[in-house]
Amino acid sequence: MSVETEEKLYQKRIAIHPKSVKGTFRTFKTGVLVLAYAVFFLLPWLRWDRGDGPSQAVLFDIPGRRFYIFELIVHPQDIYWLAGALIIFAWLLFFVTGVVGRAFCGYFCFQTLWTDAFMFIERWIQGDRQKRINIDKMPWNPEKISKKGLTWAAWLLFAWITGFTFTAYWTDAYGLLNDFFTGRAPYPAYFTIGFLTLTTFVVAGFVREQVCIYMCPYSRFQAVMFDKETLIPSYDYKRGEGEKGRAHLGRGLKTREERQAAGYGDCIDCGLCVQVCPTGIDIRNGLQIACINCGLCIDACNEIMDKQGWERGLIRYASEQEIETGSKPRVFKPKTIGYGLAILVVTVFLIYSILHQAPMDFSVNQVRNPLAVTLADGRVQNSYEIKINNKVPRPLRLDLGVEGLADAEIEIAGGKKDIEVPSDKLLHLLVRVKLPAGAKNSQQNFRFVLTDKDGQIKPVAMNATFNMPR
Amino acid sequence: MTNPTNKSKQVETTGHVWDGDLREYNNPLPNWWLWAFYATIVFSIIYWVIYPAWPVGKSFTRGIATVTVEENGQTKEMPWNSRSQLIAEMQSSPAAVKQREYIEKVAAASYEEIFANPDMMAFARSMAKGYFGDYCAACHGQGGQGNLPFFPNLADDDWLWGGQVEQIQVSLQAGRKGNMPAFPNIQGQALDDLASYVLSLSGEAVDAAAAERGKQGYAMCMGCHGAEGKGNPMLGAANLTDKAWSVINIPAAGSIEEKKKLVAGVINKGIAREMPAFGNRLKPEEIKMLTVYVHELGGGK
Repeated sequence: MSVETEEKLYQKRIAIHPKSVKGTFRTFKTGVLVLAYAVFFLLPWLRWDRGDGPSQAVLFDIPGRRFYIFELIVHPQDIYWLAGALIIFAWLLFFVTGVVGRAFCGYFCFQTLWTDAFMFIERWIQGDRQKRINIDKMPWNPEKISKKGLTWAAWLLFAWITGFTFTAYWTDAYGLLNDFFTGRAPYPAYFTIGFLTLTTFVVAGFVREQVCIYMCPYSRFQAVMFDKETLIPSYDYKRGEGEKGRAHLGRGLKTREERQAAGYGDCIDCGLCVQVCPTGIDIRNGLQIACINCGLCIDACNEIMDKQGWERGLIRYASEQEIETGSKPRVFKPKTIGYGLAILVVTVFLIYSILHQAPMDFSVNQVRNPLAVTLADGRVQNSYEIKINNKVPRPLRLDLGVEGLADAEIEIAGGKKDIEVPSDKLLHLLVRVKLPAGAKNSQQNFRFVLTDKDGQIKPVAMNATFNMPR
Repeated sequence: MTNPTNKSKQVETTGHVWDGDLREYNNPLPNWWLWAFYATIVFSIIYWVIYPAWPVGKSFTRGIATVTVEENGQTKEMPWNSRSQLIAEMQSSPAAVKQREYIEKVAAASYEEIFANPDMMAFARSMAKGYFGDYCAACHGQGGQGNLPFFPNLADDDWLWGGQVEQIQVSLQAGRKGNMPAFPNIQGQALDDLASYVLSLSGEAVDAAAAERGKQGYAMCMGCHGAEGKGNPMLGAANLTDKAWSVINIPAAGSIEEKKKLVAGVINKGIAREMPAFGNRLKPEEIKMLTVYVHELGGGK
């Protein structure tokens, strides 16, 4: 038997221990995190008075086929709004990415947010970078066990809160909380909460930047939207490297003047930009797929530049072109104008559509089996199945009539005279229309008209056909 | 990655050598695969214990999983299989319970109450649509359009045996036997005259003199169809004065001669039809919902 030497199929993850940093971008990131979490975690608990409807401000009721978003109730018929919203989000992503790089990745993506939050917990319990590295190197002694255990317990609790909150958007939040601990919640709720708890724990706690590098499709295609004028966190290599490259602060290389005279750049190779990076890359190697454009290296470098008393911005948001030639990117160019206009048009359309939501839907299906029936008095009868969907939060009292059909008698099966559709409900009616016999096989087009007896909704008409017997 | 053609790398072999230099690479399965494979073995053993699995002679191992079902008012445990699972679900799943509640509600309600309540009405119609498809549609058609001469149209407002809900319910429960005797002896002029008279009753444009003559011959029809030809729902005798025809399709016939020929055919040959009884096949509440459905088909009376 011989022994093999083989290339590995997988790259082993090198543990990343990002150092904490202070600065503009860290503050912005934290701000976004706090705001996003405040909305995400508190929204399911907010109540909203809807009369008969559910009292949760934001509720996605799948079994009831209604999405409740504050005052707005989204019905299955309105599902194209979702398409509109997705188009807006997609174009907004293209637009923003083209102008300021992967801002979504760096500040708003939930992978970034949760990883960030988990890192806060980790730092709070285990300390900053160096302490965490030490703990990792330790054997499993009581200190390591207690600190790691505490961290994981805190992660798990936070992951559970995350999973629970997500699930609470799809059912009554207070009821779910009660049912969860009394064992009465439905199986899908337990599964969803359990699944999200587990995935959050594993993905935000351990997988982290590998999601961005290996799993996320956005990271691959976002870079396609870059051009030479896209603002990205860039290392100004001209300033940093000088003629001879970067150098530590050594003897005779302390001040800028000394360094420039010796041909060295402003980068003192302190490595802080690498230490703070949540994906563990070196920004000085230029644009790379693992860079989520979070700006923390900018904060780190600015801190050092301030300490040196040198000008900030050795690492800064700058376009590739700006670093190369010094020319600032244009704000108005075909790309920004085009995306901007497209987003504006779709947004206006979506808002218009939401504001003009039809208060009721109404459909007519002719009974085709049999199509036409000769009645005892010689007239011909056609039947129609009519569905009326009331989307307003009050009962609708309606009148059903026909237009364009002379001498027609209309009868609602069951002998009802008044149509009343309860608030937010669907009503099925079988309607019979009777007409004096005409030429065999002839057809007449007409319209059913629904009129609101309270006069608040404009009459709605629907086309139908009347058929004579063959 | 292992590349078998790359000679510079040494690869583990099984140690067997054929023909002096033929060796087999030993590429063991990845551990995760192997453990997943062992896990499937463990899973299947647990599965065999819990669920029906192995054929044994003419029987099979039933497994220890059970399903609680109700049979003849008694609760009992059945070994789990997809059939007992279905029985249990039909008895106690939330949807089945809800359906049963509705059925009980409809069973307890009077016809007036059902007609007045849109919810019950919608439920009765959707349930009965299924029953109608199962039991009625084979003869009367999916939409109740009928198939003449044997199966009358249920989608019009003409009812041989009465269109009140009570009458429809009796028709469904006990069935109906409709019989018009044949009159083969009426022939020639007399037959033509009688047919003209019958057509004139529902306002067809026939020769008035012939219809007048036919009135004489109508005397023998009066027993069932009545002196004025209004029919008799007790006997299922058709109303001859309306425009709806339940044996022959007069509106579809082209000329008056054709119509007369159709009527004459019924006079000569008669018609015997039977609607089977469903009282012993369907539950009372099913009959009730079906009654509502049939009543609604064309508009009852």
